Amino acid sequence: MQFMLLFSRQGKLRLQKWYVPLSDKEKKKITRELVQTVLARKPKMCSFLEWRDLKIVYKRYASLYFCCAIEDQDNELITLEIIHRYVELLDKYFGSVCELDIIFNFEKAYFILDEFLLGGEAQETSKKNVLKAIEQADLLQENNNTSCSMGLLLS
Amino acid sequence: MALKIVKGSIDRMFDKNLQDLVRGIRNHKEDEAKYISTCIDEIKQELKQDNIAVKANAVCKLTYLQMLGYDVSWAAFNIVEVMSSSKFTYKRIGYLAASQCFHEGTDVIMLTTNQIRKDLSSPNQYDTGVALTGLSCFVTPDLARDLANDIMTLMSHTKPYIRKKAVLIMYKVFLKYPESLRPAFPRLKEKLEDPDPGVQSAAVNVICELARRNPKNYLSLAPLFFKLMTSSTNNWVLIKIIKLFGALTPLEPRLGKKLIEPLTNLIHSTSAMSLLYECVNTVIAVLISLSSGMPNHSASIQLCVQKLRILIEDSDQNLKYLGLLAMSKILKTHPKSVQSHKDLILQCLDDKDESIRLRALDLLYGMVSKKNLMEIVKKLMLHVDKAEGTTYRDELLTKIIDICSQSNYQYITNFEWYISILVELTRLEGTRHGHLIASQMLDVAIRVKAIRGFAVAQMATLLDNAHLLTGNTQRNGICEVLYAAAWICGEFSEHLEDPMQTLEAMLRPKVATLPGHIQAVYVQNAAKLFATVLQKHEGETDSQAAQETSQLLIDRLPLFVQSANLEVQERASCILQLVKYIQKLQQKNVEVAEEVTALFAGELNPVAPKAQKKVPIPEGLDLDAWINEPPSESESEDEKPKVVFAKEEPKHYRSRHTEVDEKELARRREVRKQEQANNPFYIKASPSSQKVYDAPGVEHIPVVQIDLSVPLKVPGMPMSDQYLKLEEERRQKEKAERKKKEKKKKREKRGKGRKADSGPESEEDITPAHQVDIVTEEMPENALPSDDDDKDPNDPHKALDIDLDKPLADSEKLPVRTHRPEVLKSPAEDRDSKSVPQETKKKSSKEKKEKKKDKEKDRKQIKPTVHWFPVQKSSKHKKKKQKKEKEEKEKKKKKRHHHHHHHGDAGGEDSVQNGTVEEEEPLPPMSNYSLLAENSYIKMVYDIQGNHQDESKVVVSVIFENKSDSFLKSMEFNVLDSLNSKLQRPEGAGPHDGLTVPFQLPPGVSNEARFVFSVQSIVMPQKLKGTLTFIVKSDESSTHEKLDFKLHFTCTSYLITTPCYSDAYAKLLESGDLKGSSLRLEGINMPFHHLLARICFHHHFSVVERIDSCASMYSRSIQGHHVCLLVKTSDQTVSIDAKCDEPSLLGNVLDEIKQTFSKC
Repeated sequence: MQFMLLFSRQGKLRLQKWYVPLSDKEKKKITRELVQTVLARKPKMCSFLEWRDLKIVYKRYASLYFCCAIEDQDNELITLEIIHRYVELLDKYFGSVCELDIIFNFEKAYFILDEFLLGGEAQETSKKNVLKAIEQADLLQENNNTSCSMGLLLS
Repeated sequence: MALKIVKGSIDRMFDKNLQDLVRGIRNHKEDEAKYISTCIDEIKQELKQDNIAVKANAVCKLTYLQMLGYDVSWAAFNIVEVMSSSKFTYKRIGYLAASQCFHEGTDVIMLTTNQIRKDLSSPNQYDTGVALTGLSCFVTPDLARDLANDIMTLMSHTKPYIRKKAVLIMYKVFLKYPESLRPAFPRLKEKLEDPDPGVQSAAVNVICELARRNPKNYLSLAPLFFKLMTSSTNNWVLIKIIKLFGALTPLEPRLGKKLIEPLTNLIHSTSAMSLLYECVNTVIAVLISLSSGMPNHSASIQLCVQKLRILIEDSDQNLKYLGLLAMSKILKTHPKSVQSHKDLILQCLDDKDESIRLRALDLLYGMVSKKNLMEIVKKLMLHVDKAEGTTYRDELLTKIIDICSQSNYQYITNFEWYISILVELTRLEGTRHGHLIASQMLDVAIRVKAIRGFAVAQMATLLDNAHLLTGNTQRNGICEVLYAAAWICGEFSEHLEDPMQTLEAMLRPKVATLPGHIQAVYVQNAAKLFATVLQKHEGETDSQAAQETSQLLIDRLPLFVQSANLEVQERASCILQLVKYIQKLQQKNVEVAEEVTALFAGELNPVAPKAQKKVPIPEGLDLDAWINEPPSESESEDEKPKVVFAKEEPKHYRSRHTEVDEKELARRREVRKQEQANNPFYIKASPSSQKVYDAPGVEHIPVVQIDLSVPLKVPGMPMSDQYLKLEEERRQKEKAERKKKEKKKKREKRGKGRKADSGPESEEDITPAHQVDIVTEEMPENALPSDDDDKDPNDPHKALDIDLDKPLADSEKLPVRTHRPEVLKSPAEDRDSKSVPQETKKKSSKEKKEKKKDKEKDRKQIKPTVHWFPVQKSSKHKKKKQKKEKEEKEKKKKKRHHHHHHHGDAGGEDSVQNGTVEEEEPLPPMSNYSLLAENSYIKMVYDIQGNHQDESKVVVSVIFENKSDSFLKSMEFNVLDSLNSKLQRPEGAGPHDGLTVPFQLPPGVSNEARFVFSVQSIVMPQKLKGTLTFIVKSDESSTHEKLDFKLHFTCTSYLITTPCYSDAYAKLLESGDLKGSSLRLEGINMPFHHLLARICFHHHFSVVERIDSCASMYSRSIQGHHVCLLVKTSDQTVSIDAKCDEPSLLGNVLDEIKQTFSKC
């Protein structure tokens, strides 16, 4: 996978993850172009489109579009599966996720994505394992935080 | 509760957290930019504070702003600061920010190398995790080079969580630093059999990605993947493997044959659409690669087509789309199987989803034949009429033209029909493809001579009705076809029925509204028509009419002389003068027609688009050399102003030019022709193509004998449909005739005993309605056959085309961080190393403290020694620990001492001893292959590997390297079997027959062959004598040679690297089934982790746990014996306590370990 974008129906970018090195300018251009193309498609249309020399796989969940770019050889259906998995993970983590969850906790959304995909490849296919890793990392963070606040109090 | 309050107050201390920022942005929708600029100012203030928590909060906000499109590159250094925080909370935010904001151009990335290395080796797996994740996003070639070795070590980490990430990120490292591929590949390969499914799937992912780009280097892994494919149930893994096979089969057709069966089984059994789709795709790829060798896979193709039909018929748009996509792949090799589903595909043209309609169109492109072209195009024309939205309609239009013109108009049997189609397409309003239609009209009219008459008639009608087409005068609009129409009518004016009428149409005042380039063609071709008309009138000695024609031009042309378009103006004024002169001559009753026609004499031949590019540069011609001495700079500057004042001259020149009389013109033309004939660089009609035109018959084989296909004289626009009807009738008629003939022939042929073909109408049977001669485009003589400029030189995967089967050379080791940089360095490295030591110094004191803490934590968590000495009590345990710590400190001091010592006198020694301070010291390169035998012709090295699947077999991989200048062939490998170990020979071979090595060796080439041995007992090492015989073939002679060798089956070679969890390891030791033994090695002065790596590498162990200078290791034999080691080191002495359920095996393994270390 080359990159993943999340954007709202209004075309606002909610999350972006690039697995190929590109300049900021290029990224912005691609984002703008894709958001436009995908939003222009009618609801009954299929989830795939060819774009430049890549294939775009997108899916809409409520008000959010999840959009992935894959290479010519890649499997579109498994990419849809990846998108779906990610949505399920977000759902489990936030408890019936909505767009606002992702806006206000965007770093968490990234952490979950990073536990699920690495370098554009699925690293963990078990939802349970991903959530476990996130929970434990969060726990570590909590511990850190409390010790930090205690430290501040003491000093 | 109390904590919460504390946290709350601290949160308030931060000026604004992320949530506040987001909320603020949402509340300032009107003046967002202004609001954010104040926020950025705040963030800048926050970043200046010392408190890391405040900084992290600021960086987190920046990451959000970066996503909104704001430039945050100025904060790159602050991001690095946050990354370096020891607190996981902040580190996590820092790495996230880095992964979102850093790219190859970010210069602070250089500074992160050490921090990342530290995080990678952190005892906390989540620290390592975030570092790996972040690195995967911003890894640069420098980072990849410096960290490759660290990441490679992590591939054997005890935690599957880390192993899995490390394996995946290796792919990014390979891309950035291709040199790391070969050294890291053996370990990557090992991970394919990792006990953790996640790690295994990661390894499959990486190898599949690598192999897809450069499949030929991964062919040797095919058996392993085949095994994985048949055993795995994880669809994610299966998809990857199947995709990999799709890439491998074109290189190894035998593999394809093997694959068909399991793949078809999967197709039948799986319920996962993604897997089904992948299988179908791969089966198609396999069949494509097999199609030359094995034609009989119609069952599989049928199965695929059936499954795809189900997909296409599904109501899910996604499946429909993919079904069509896959269908188009089958189409390329098995068009017949797809053609039978034409109905389904034509149905898809009615789908409401445009992307599906386009896919269906693509399919149609490949499905046409001579037989069905007209029918399909008719359907498409209907869709053109119905289509909503210009994009789709334009797409249809281009597809129709593509379909018809594909492979040099191969499927068109009736060009009149095609011209009619083109003319009908001109009725589309608002299309952007006027130019495309125009170029088709030109192409057909120029290249198909027989059609010119018809084409000219149609074009004349178009010109007559030009007002219908001029509604849209934008560039590339439909009016472009007038360009073609005017040119065709002018150039082939001899075919015009009423040239006068066309001439009149071309000079209408309305023409002046057309785009300039079209007007120019109008004017030029009006002149051509004028010549034709003159000739006609003079032939009829109707001088009155001729003069009227001249007058018409003189009346109408001034409109064009005033044109704003330079080209139009120039041509018009030129021709106007000419006509005026002609009129003068006409008034004197001079016959001018012949001379006027001579202006446009000669035929224009089509020239291939690439012709100019392909003219070979003649020998001795240097295009870069100056023809004249280059003018000096000052001169050219002087000249420039002059040009400004020289404006009037050209006008003068022009008027003179037009007054030159016809004879002079003709003479000059002759001279020019002569010049051109002598000029080797002028592209002229080659004699061969000239022949085509001169050949008798082309011109005269007009329109067959059948009256029906004579051009339809439909006034106005033609109807292509009528051609369709006619065509059908014609074909039936022909068929009937042919049958008659065949009957006759049969009667004749029966005597000869040959079978006549009387099957259904085949492609070849359809004769074209017109005898057409499609003139090929001209190419210069000696044109180069093809230029391969298609390949992208920037493809990063190109660099990974590396042979992985060759044994590792010493020069290929991964770069390691040496304490003191070597003398020879590239400037880039220099820069790096300068910044690195400073950083380490700064942090070293802090780091030490942290490290100590971490170590203590670590001990509490893992307690490895408990497994080993289960009876010991905790108090003793503690003492021992303290003692060990002391020992360690001492050791460190000593080591440092050593280090200086080495630098003092042994600078030239290998890297193992060169600066061994920290454990992170990277490994020297190692190879498992050891020398088998060698002579002046050939060198053999070998490695023995077992696998868990078969407890009585080991595989000996032998690399044969041809050292001579001759060709080595007919190599035969033979071994004298013992009772215990036998070489596996093919069925039917005798027990003493040798095995043929399945390749030959050209000079200097090496290749690897594998031999399977069966073994009964593995507790003892064994040596087998053997011989390699081969023929040395040089230019003059060939000789038989042989080379004796001894294959040494060590006990180590029966061990297989098997990772073990620490709890399982503890249980194993507690079970008491294992017998102990021990070993002491003196004088080992390599770093501990080198020592462990050597044991892992050479003796197939894996580290279960490691604390400081103590490590527990595990391995398993092919027959399931557990071998456990506890390795401790202190002061150049290494003691190994070992346990195994088979004492003699253990004894031998320990002996072998001892030997390994005595060698170095």
